[in-house]
Amino acid sequence: MLERTASPLLAIENLQAWYGESHILHGMNLEVQAGEVVTLLGRNGAGKTTTLKSVMGIVPQRTGSVRLEGKELIKLTSDKIAKAGIAFCPEERGIFASLDVKENLFLPPELKPGGLSASRIFELFPNIKERLRSQGTKLSGGEQQMLAIGRILRTGARLLLLDEPTEGLAPVIIQQIGKTIQMLKSQGFTILLVEQNFRFASTVADRYYIMEHGKVVERFKNSELDAKLEKLHEYLGV
Amino acid sequence: MFEIFGIPSQALFGQLLIGLINGSFYALLSLGLAVIFGMLNIINFTHGAQYMLGAFAAYLLLQLTGLGYWPALVIAPILVGLSGIVIERTMLQWLYKLDHLYGLLLTFGIALILEGVFRNYYGSSGQPYQLPPSLSGGQNLGFMFLPNYRAWVVVTSLVVCFGTWFVIEKTRLGANLRAATENPTLVRAFGINVPRMITLTYGFGVGLAALAGVMAAPIYNVSPQMGSDIIIVVFAVVVIGGMGSILGAILTGFGLGVIEGLTKVFFPEASNTVIFVIMAVVLLIRPAGLFGRTA
Repeated sequence: MLERTASPLLAIENLQAWYGESHILHGMNLEVQAGEVVTLLGRNGAGKTTTLKSVMGIVPQRTGSVRLEGKELIKLTSDKIAKAGIAFCPEERGIFASLDVKENLFLPPELKPGGLSASRIFELFPNIKERLRSQGTKLSGGEQQMLAIGRILRTGARLLLLDEPTEGLAPVIIQQIGKTIQMLKSQGFTILLVEQNFRFASTVADRYYIMEHGKVVERFKNSELDAKLEKLHEYLGV
Repeated sequence: MFEIFGIPSQALFGQLLIGLINGSFYALLSLGLAVIFGMLNIINFTHGAQYMLGAFAAYLLLQLTGLGYWPALVIAPILVGLSGIVIERTMLQWLYKLDHLYGLLLTFGIALILEGVFRNYYGSSGQPYQLPPSLSGGQNLGFMFLPNYRAWVVVTSLVVCFGTWFVIEKTRLGANLRAATENPTLVRAFGINVPRMITLTYGFGVGLAALAGVMAAPIYNVSPQMGSDIIIVVFAVVVIGGMGSILGAILTGFGLGVIEGLTKVFFPEASNTVIFVIMAVVLLIRPAGLFGRTA
């Protein structure tokens, strides 16, 4: 077991979630300390995305406890959870076709002080600045992913939920996203990351949780990664 | 006096004006329907009755409180819009995830009830509503006589329609609306209160119908079935323009009003059916409508 500090930024306890009749999460337990990058690993269908969506309040049927800085969120709707200081970047990126790039970037409102300025985001992702007038979905996959991450950095949320930000992207873009995550970490952002690609995850993560059948089956630190590799292959089936 | 294609210019421009007037109402009403459909996924069959409510609100404000046209132009849409908000909160909000058919049946039922209630108390003959004195009279343009009130209706409708289009397509608020139309779940997860936005959108769309009703009161009579008379044509306009397209609703509304007017000049026998003929042709060639996007 890892050491526990008194007050994690995000504490998930016995989280259960359902989509209609299907019971997806069977008692998730997870903690994220302020300033950490924590990665959820697991096979497809293990419940990683559902965990993020349950924290964000997007899955309507959920029980258990999700606390941000001690504040209980389990009964709140997603707009209230966003206002508490969490931002979500979905796997499908969620770029709006009826909005241009600029409108997409400025869509999430600033909910708290401390977000990045637009000019800082343009520094991180210069491609976006050049295409502000384009339709959001006309961007390349990589640019869309940068836009999807960039727009939630403005909101002032200090906890970011990133769902497979590297999926389907070219290595050079994956590198750029890795650098961005490291920069965010150095700025004190806290990140809960879902990844299939643990080689990428190992470049940014402090700790890992492995999920299977809707709960956590293993947790370890990045320094333990090498020792856990064999077990990891077994869990992920790679 | 001169002739165009053998038609006296007076008659041509007269019908063109009538076409523009009708088009003004078609545009205002189909715009409201398009906005509501986009956000709520509901085909609002109560729209005609809400237009009628707007006219009756103006009539009753005058009868009961002595407030005339200008205050009614503001108060009636607000009152009717609020009644729409009550309908949305108490009934429509439960239907968004169901098939279109349920929303259509519910709103159709509400329309029948409203119409029935007003017919019961006010009969079906219609009540006159006086022109506001400041807009009586007209201008002689040389080639035709333009009544001031009609010019006011066309200009106001254009301003309101394009103002609405501008807000939806070019502003931050409009970007929120468009995004929520596409993916309400994600927009809500960004911290935007989407259910409240939906409620206000319905209130706004209904308010537009009521505004059209107030403007129509001095031209047509204030009668319980005025809504069902016009709404059939408006739905044809919406089908032609494409459900959910804002600009499509506006342009098709005015365009078909004018086409209807010109048909009255050149081939009067077809003037009542021309819109439906166009609808049939459009449905055959472009089922999603002229401005609609196929899903």
